[in-house]
Amino acid sequence: MNLTKEQLLAMYRQMWTIRHFEDDMAAAYMEGKTPAFDIGSGPVPGEMHLAAGQEPVAVGACMHLRKEDTVVGTHRPHHFAIAKGIALNKLTAEIFGKATGLGKGKGGHMHLFDVEHKFSCSGIIGASFPPACGAALAAKKMGKDWVAVAFAGEGAANQGAFHEALNLAALWKLPVIFIIEDNAWAISVSKRQSTAIPDNSQRAAGYGIPGVRVDENDVLAVYEVVGEAVQRARRGEGPSLIEVKTDRFYGHFQGDPELYRPKDEVPTLRANDPILRFGKQLLEQGIATQADLDAARDAAKADVNAAFAFARQSPYPAPESALEDVFVS
Amino acid sequence: MTNERELTMAKAIAEAIDQEMERDERVFVMGEDVGIYGGIFGATQGLYEKYGAERVMDTPISETAFIGAATGAAAEGMRPIVELMFVDFFGVCMDQIYNHLAKNTYMSGGHARYPVVLTTAIGGGYNDAAQHSQCLYGLFAHVPGLKIVVPSTAYDAKGLMISAIRDDNPVMYFFHKGLMGLGWMKYHPRSVTPTPEAPYTIPFGKADVKRAGRDVTIVSLAMMVHRSLDAAEELAKEGIEAEVIDLRTLVPLDRETVVNSVKKTHRLLVVDEDYHSFGMTGEIAAIVAEEALDYLDAPIRRLAVPDTPIPYSRPLEQFVLPGAERIAETVRTMMG
Repeated sequence: MNLTKEQLLAMYRQMWTIRHFEDDMAAAYMEGKTPAFDIGSGPVPGEMHLAAGQEPVAVGACMHLRKEDTVVGTHRPHHFAIAKGIALNKLTAEIFGKATGLGKGKGGHMHLFDVEHKFSCSGIIGASFPPACGAALAAKKMGKDWVAVAFAGEGAANQGAFHEALNLAALWKLPVIFIIEDNAWAISVSKRQSTAIPDNSQRAAGYGIPGVRVDENDVLAVYEVVGEAVQRARRGEGPSLIEVKTDRFYGHFQGDPELYRPKDEVPTLRANDPILRFGKQLLEQGIATQADLDAARDAAKADVNAAFAFARQSPYPAPESALEDVFVS
Repeated sequence: MTNERELTMAKAIAEAIDQEMERDERVFVMGEDVGIYGGIFGATQGLYEKYGAERVMDTPISETAFIGAATGAAAEGMRPIVELMFVDFFGVCMDQIYNHLAKNTYMSGGHARYPVVLTTAIGGGYNDAAQHSQCLYGLFAHVPGLKIVVPSTAYDAKGLMISAIRDDNPVMYFFHKGLMGLGWMKYHPRSVTPTPEAPYTIPFGKADVKRAGRDVTIVSLAMMVHRSLDAAEELAKEGIEAEVIDLRTLVPLDRETVVNSVKKTHRLLVVDEDYHSFGMTGEIAAIVAEEALDYLDAPIRRLAVPDTPIPYSRPLEQFVLPGAERIAETVRTMMG
């Protein structure tokens, strides 16, 4: 692998940024929701879908992307947004519903739009595939070597939009990479209960495009496989489908009782933490010292702390501003 | 009422489905997380444990497939209840609903029957933003061929659900999340009502006068019934007696109760949590303008979401959703 120490440490730090962000968000979310949990209470109301444990997919994939490449995320979008380089302050402020947020408080955590970093996401399952095709189509029409990445969960691969988008992308040889995060659960429904075949990457065969399964929740494994797909797309050779096995440490949403999930599942997953494993690997291979790792982790925490402070201190939007932005002027 | 047992709306819905599943083996349930989870909003709680995966079927996230399959199974004589988790997700399956479920009976010259109940969650007020907070029943009431049920209390929810399951036509059944009586979401306490244990039906097309009054008619449904009742209580302290009509079903629509009320009160306010334009409030206003214009002492007023998507941030969402205070204020301006 051709990654420098600086790049590897940057990936390590970014994974910690995501983890701290999600853990701190989980804590902020619970403010105002105890002793009686009410989804609409506290500084961060509404649904909250966190991606702790899923850092390798976002970081390993986005490492290959440039600012002009497009990413379309999901209802569980924070790790993608952070890996795509969105300003943490604006991201956090949006989730706190503040005027300084990405969407001035109108979008919220499932609906993050950053035009500058070409990032968007949606609360509708399977909605990422078609617009990623569109971004890829535009790049092709404009003669750019930009690529587009659509992320989605394994549950989304059973939506019609997935199959339509794959066919379209293959037919038109679009520079798009479809990346499925297989965290094994679509809310309470397991992949085995919902999907006719165990490996979604095999579905690529139906559209005549490469399909690869990454069977470990490992940032470097993701990096390698996505790298090939991105290069292929930039060369004008068309789309790829990748499915990555990953782990959801939290519930589907915060407050999910998770009665459907075996009790020992999450502790087992957490014992195989992909960030700790990556750090250990960097140490063992003599790439980084413990001091390097600690510094990266601390820097990530400082960034997240600053972003949360910014969000908390920011003003709420004026109520009547709800009427603005339905159309651009 | 002989039976004073109180239920939440979610429990009343689940009980109605349970009783009909017991009565009629053709009834079965399909949807995302309707099994072990019991429905994200509790509408199918306990059914999986009782009837098993054969009759309470968790589906893939494939709404076009399983809602279309409900239509197909109904055509064969089954009576599916199928859940679209949030109404906002309609986009991924609208063709099967709008062009098939709604129209097949008509296109068949009345020969084909589709006894499908399509349940779905509606409503905001808990900061779930633009893709998880809409009501949209107006959109489905617009296309001919779907009966549209929108209960506001547990009592109504049970009787209307049993009627829905026994109806030989497609019924869309909208339950407001803030009325379900969930442990994790604030709910209006008035939605919890005495609910008889024995099965009973409530006919479609019969509005319910939730509060009688002489001065102004407030027409509404779902959560806005309760907001209107809250406003009516405030107004009563000022000597203004509001009559609050809960439409309960949009299709069929009880025009008579609305028109007769306006003839009595001479004032009409229509309150809706759906979008303002081209929807329920305009429809009710038009009916009253057509049938009772001469009785009006004040211009008809409407309160609804002011043609913006539902914003996330709390002050923004509270600004666009009609509340009791704004309803009361509006009534006061009509009394002059």
